[in-house]
Amino acid sequence: MALSNYHSYKSADEHHSKLYWLVHDLSIFIGRSLKHIFKNTDQLLGLTIQPIMFMLLFRYVFGGAINTGPISYVNFLMAGILVQSVAFGALTTSLSVATDLQRGIIERFKSLPTISWGVLMGHVTADLVRNIIQAIIMISVGLLVGFHPTATLWQWVEITGIVLLFTFAISWVAAIMGLVAKTIEAVQWMGFFLVFPLTFASAAFAPTSSMASGLRIFAQNQPVTHVIEAIRALMIGTPVGNHAWLAVIWCLGIIIVSIPTAGYLFRRYSGR
Amino acid sequence: MDKAIEIKNLTKSFKNVPVLKGINLDVERGTILALLGPNGAGKTTTVRILSTLIQPDGGEVFINGYNAVKNPNSVRASIGLTGQYAAVDEYLSGYENLVMLGRLYHLNYADAKKRATELLEQFDLVEAGGRIAKTYSGGMRRRLDLALSLIATPPILFLDEPTTGLDPRSRLAMWAIIEQLVQAKTTVLLTTQYLEEADKLANSIAVLHNGTIIAQGTANELKDKVGKERLEITIAEGHNFKQAVSAINGQAISSDEKKRLISIATSGAVSEIKRVISLMENHNIEIEALSLHKPTLDDVFLNLTGHKTTKESEEE
Repeated sequence: MALSNYHSYKSADEHHSKLYWLVHDLSIFIGRSLKHIFKNTDQLLGLTIQPIMFMLLFRYVFGGAINTGPISYVNFLMAGILVQSVAFGALTTSLSVATDLQRGIIERFKSLPTISWGVLMGHVTADLVRNIIQAIIMISVGLLVGFHPTATLWQWVEITGIVLLFTFAISWVAAIMGLVAKTIEAVQWMGFFLVFPLTFASAAFAPTSSMASGLRIFAQNQPVTHVIEAIRALMIGTPVGNHAWLAVIWCLGIIIVSIPTAGYLFRRYSGR
Repeated sequence: MDKAIEIKNLTKSFKNVPVLKGINLDVERGTILALLGPNGAGKTTTVRILSTLIQPDGGEVFINGYNAVKNPNSVRASIGLTGQYAAVDEYLSGYENLVMLGRLYHLNYADAKKRATELLEQFDLVEAGGRIAKTYSGGMRRRLDLALSLIATPPILFLDEPTTGLDPRSRLAMWAIIEQLVQAKTTVLLTTQYLEEADKLANSIAVLHNGTIIAQGTANELKDKVGKERLEITIAEGHNFKQAVSAINGQAISSDEKKRLISIATSGAVSEIKRVISLMENHNIEIEALSLHKPTLDDVFLNLTGHKTTKESEEE
């Protein structure tokens, strides 16, 4: 073992602009998180099996007991279960951030001459890719068990846009949770208390009109319901009301608040 | 002299508890300095300030000539850091970890790949290079961790307790690597709890205790203060322990009546050992056992501060 070649590698810093290196470094952090999707077998299993299980569970076990009027339950369910899985999927971002903090790799990134916050951007971007894969699996299974969408090609583009916007927003919130929780155990209970009520006390699995008044007011006005109703309207032609633009405003609002908050927490974090 | 690391009157407190109380330290280029101290002495805090992870409250730090507070990115481009915990990406292979880090240091892609391969060879990780790091043993992770901090061939390296928790074989391997780094003219600041490690590796040792440097010098200079060897004698049951201690007459560094053990600083010369034995014989005190060993960090601290290192609070 000889370290004879030592000191022979130079940084190529001067050969490119700052913008080049910003994009370069971001792409490395994103590449890292994307590799995690396929190298972490637990994640990969959760990503593929879980949506199928949920789809079948609600379609066949609970579906018969929930009255969705003239709309068949599987048609009603699709938008809700899609958004619910996006919200739960975002917890992967929290877990990834907390794991990186716990393992000390964020310390390592911070000691490098790079944009270390790119590590958060990487996890959020991986979430977008994961959710696209998950949505495709879910909708495919849905089609097999009786889902009949009426959406046109353009409406599918709009649905994709809303799903990605919502993923991006909730994934940044998840990144904040990861930074605050710091440990994997804390992420799990935080996720449970935040994501559970937001997705189940919504229009995801049952019409909000069937809920008790206090719960109904919450369920009808919270952002997850707006996102679900907007997607449902595009998918199966239910009345859209104010849901579409409220969904977009909520998502943009969450993004505007959560990115600087995550950045602040990331900079301030100093040590395990 | 060309200084790679300059620390002037460095202070840092956490929640109003002072951790560093005015540290002054210089490290010459191409040398290795060991920051020796028990848990809670402020070693990790010092390394974290030097590597720009946290800001000092007062004082100045220059790394490779750059101010650590004003020019953190220039400092970061000059250093490699290996912390107390192996900070590797568990879901990437050793090779992927190395290439990723090389690219984040802005090596071009071809160089990053070449350097990664080189380091896998040097750190005996060629076979494991393609496996995800989650499957690595503790020693392998540490080696990968150190390799990661060398990917961009930084002129200055910080090693925070690089061998803590390693088995003896891995520790020897780590020492060999560190010695080669210094031969390659890298400046190294390493922290350790082990006097033996500081002695083996460092040109100069600074002893950190409760946030201040209480002694600094070469290993030999420090040892001259505490004696090169420790002679320990166990007084046989039924003999007067107190009388034995007073017979040694102030040369005893420590005595433990329960274990009937007396510890004496010595050069290790046969004549000195003979003298202690005959002293005991003259007092009709029987020696049950006698042993020689190298001074430990405890011995250094005992000499410098008058009390033991143990029972300190955990390093923050």
